Amino acid sequence: MLKRIKSLLSNFWRIFRSPSGYFSLGFLTVGGFIGGVLFWGGFNTAMEATNTEAFCISCHEMRDNVYEEIQPTIHFSNRSGVRAVCSDCHVPHDWTDKMARKMQASKEVWGKIFGTINTREKFLEHRLEMASREWRRFEANDSLECRNCHDEEAMDFTRQSPRASEAHRRGLIEGDDTCITCHKGIAHELPDMSGVEGWE
Amino acid sequence: MRLSAMRLIVIAFAVLGISMAVIAAEGELDAMRGNMPLLEERTPEPLYPVENRDIRRVRAYPMQPPTIPHKIDNYQVDLNANRCMSCHSRVQVGESQAPMVSVTHYMDRDGNFLADLSPRRYFCNQCHVPQTDASPVVDNTFVDIIDIIRQSPDTEQ
Repeated sequence: MLKRIKSLLSNFWRIFRSPSGYFSLGFLTVGGFIGGVLFWGGFNTAMEATNTEAFCISCHEMRDNVYEEIQPTIHFSNRSGVRAVCSDCHVPHDWTDKMARKMQASKEVWGKIFGTINTREKFLEHRLEMASREWRRFEANDSLECRNCHDEEAMDFTRQSPRASEAHRRGLIEGDDTCITCHKGIAHELPDMSGVEGWE
Repeated sequence: MRLSAMRLIVIAFAVLGISMAVIAAEGELDAMRGNMPLLEERTPEPLYPVENRDIRRVRAYPMQPPTIPHKIDNYQVDLNANRCMSCHSRVQVGESQAPMVSVTHYMDRDGNFLADLSPRRYFCNQCHVPQTDASPVVDNTFVDIIDIIRQSPDTEQ
């Protein structure tokens, strides 16, 4: 068995290495270029498709829990009509970071297949674990996904309520807090927060 | 015979008129709902914006639960989390600089002090509410006790 695989591989490697004696150089370069464009375009299109809200809520785990919960919040419906969809907060916008996140998300496919959170009870049981993971991610990248829209350089503290501007000055500018330090649970319901720092 | 029939019609009209007047009067009495028949739905008024100035308001009487001087939209207060207490609890006021909930919130009903918030004081909105600048739908005849003391004859001289 091992021998057969080995011979198959070495056979492939021999063909792969030897120069083409059949196709013209023009065909290979132009064909390779077009093939590359098609592959890259297809790859990115497919990846963008997994970044849409429709894709996320095609699973009932997301549609019945977190999607329900975001709807009354300001990130879903507000006076100016700007909406943040799932991927705006949960997937980095930079390509390399996005790829890394998508690879991590393969674990979520595992969870989907084995029904780790396929009932409300199971979902609630795992909520603290899942939320903590997101909080850690936001703390590690300095709330990058918040800052894709809410840039502190662009924030006019004088337009905020006194309470908000004071808290932002203390935590964000002078302290080393990041958005998620205070703004937990703005888009989804919170898990049992006993034991979470700042919530006891 | 003809006369009594006439009388019957007159009485019927009178009864109809009186009942309609009563219904109309009932409609006027209901100030909150407006002049709207019971089975019809009124277009709701737009929500008034909540005052968000963070300025503490005077209490109408000493025991009054203070009103909330800021927005509390989507604040989660349930079994899992208490958003209010993430700023107003004893251990959080250093970080948040918010006023601490009064010490009565850390007492049971017999006046014994507890380590943490009393469960009977957990749901903030049972007593504390934000305010809007909506005009009152009914007149308020409340008089502050301090005004009554000022007006009383003993203090006049």
